Amino acid sequence: MNALSIKDLNVFLGGSHVLQGVTFDVPTNKVTALLGRNGVGKTTTLRAIIGLTPSTGEISFLDRAIAGLPTYKIIQMGIGYVPEDRDIFSSLSVNENLSLAVRDPLPNYDLVYALFPELLTRGNQRAGTLSGGQQQMVAIARALLNKNDLLLIDEPSKGLAPKLVGEVASALSKVVGHATMLLVEQNLELVKAIADHIVVMEHGSVVFQGDPINLEDDLFVHSMLGVSGGLH
Amino acid sequence: MDTFVLIAITGVGLGALFFLVASGLSLIYGLMGVLNFAHGTFLTVGAFAGLWLSTQVFTNATTLTFVAAMLFAGLVAGLFALLVEQLVITRLYERHIDQALVTVGVALVVGALLSGWFGNDPRLIPTPHWFINTLTIGNAFIPVDRFLYIGVSCLLLIVLTTILRFTRIGLIIRAGVENRSMVTALGINVRLAFSTVFFLGGFAAGVGGVLIGAYQSGVSPLMSGSWLIYGFIVVVIGGMGSLWGSALAALLIGVINQFANYYLPGLGDFVIVFLLVAVLLTRPQGLLGKVSR
Repeated sequence: MNALSIKDLNVFLGGSHVLQGVTFDVPTNKVTALLGRNGVGKTTTLRAIIGLTPSTGEISFLDRAIAGLPTYKIIQMGIGYVPEDRDIFSSLSVNENLSLAVRDPLPNYDLVYALFPELLTRGNQRAGTLSGGQQQMVAIARALLNKNDLLLIDEPSKGLAPKLVGEVASALSKVVGHATMLLVEQNLELVKAIADHIVVMEHGSVVFQGDPINLEDDLFVHSMLGVSGGLH
Repeated sequence: MDTFVLIAITGVGLGALFFLVASGLSLIYGLMGVLNFAHGTFLTVGAFAGLWLSTQVFTNATTLTFVAAMLFAGLVAGLFALLVEQLVITRLYERHIDQALVTVGVALVVGALLSGWFGNDPRLIPTPHWFINTLTIGNAFIPVDRFLYIGVSCLLLIVLTTILRFTRIGLIIRAGVENRSMVTALGINVRLAFSTVFFLGGFAAGVGGVLIGAYQSGVSPLMSGSWLIYGFIVVVIGGMGSLWGSALAALLIGVINQFANYYLPGLGDFVIVFLLVAVLLTRPQGLLGKVSR
């Protein structure tokens, strides 16, 4: 069964045809990695799924059509979203950022603090004064507080130091099994570590779907991702 | 020195009235991106509601009736603001230019209706006897109504700050001012926050309408014009979406305007516009404003 099915998704932004009939499925209880060079429409795809960017086409989440619904209703159906630039509320404290995200009557603070114990000690700190890695923890934590059937995570390792990438990868690995995940990521090591299924985009369209097993050898995928030489 | 004290306190009182107008404008723009030109109408509607209660329901003016008039004005203006938001603004969601234009239309229509109904002559709003008293500080005789304006504005600032800081809807509003789309991406219906902000802004403007009616000795359909302009200046200087920025800017503008008018007669408005330009050139986001997304 698929948690998410996208058919013929099109997005026009400022006269540009950004997404051109994007079609793919996100299997339930699997991690699907959405890959591609910068600017191919990965982030736009995630934003279109939750209605932040206007689109046409069919989007169904757990067999319910969600295209055209307001963003907040789509999220309330059980989707957690971690945006590309974290988009934490810098003037609010860490605790306020977390409590704002709470939808469930019994939010899973235990999971969040088990994954990111640092957030417990920095609860009253203004989120804008956190480091990039800590802000990413807040962004991921917001999506984990509620019981979601799908997590949309956009480039969690972007702009992070290698050590922090490891921490984020470790946290995501622990989350795997808690929910279905659609992960946009440029770091192929991270993708290899946790992805069950990959979708590759080029020029606003899906050009490859499959298992990540052959990721290291597939020259076509390499060329689509703009990777030169072997993977490390 | 006595003159200095008199001008300073009068300036703070004037700033307090500016704040009552600007607080709602600031929150509405900060959260929704709506340049609300109908905000002056909220003030006028509130003033007329207060006038109606003071003259048609109460027979004489006491402290209690004046407070009741302020609260009634706030309530009516708040509900009117909510009505405008629900009937007009929400139908033009994310169409900011259209929203601004339609608020101009609302201001013109409501202004014309009030003019047709009441005429344009100012009508005195009954005030308690102590309004004409003065308080002596040093050798300066300060009209006591100035302290009422300051007190009401301080109270409103405390109430709004409490709502913004300690309630969930306040948390949503603060987050929405910073990044509205991310609030919706957390599963929150931000429109509820829009309605709350419109009501609170309308309430403040309505209370301000009664006080401004008392300050300028009359309520009329034309009363809000210059106050709205000053309200926008306060919001821009203070920082759009920043309540405390508006409070600080209102205080500065009130005091500077009064001193400028005393020492540079007739140039008070020019000095304020000069201040506006200086702030826009050096700190475009305003004194306490943030660059929002």
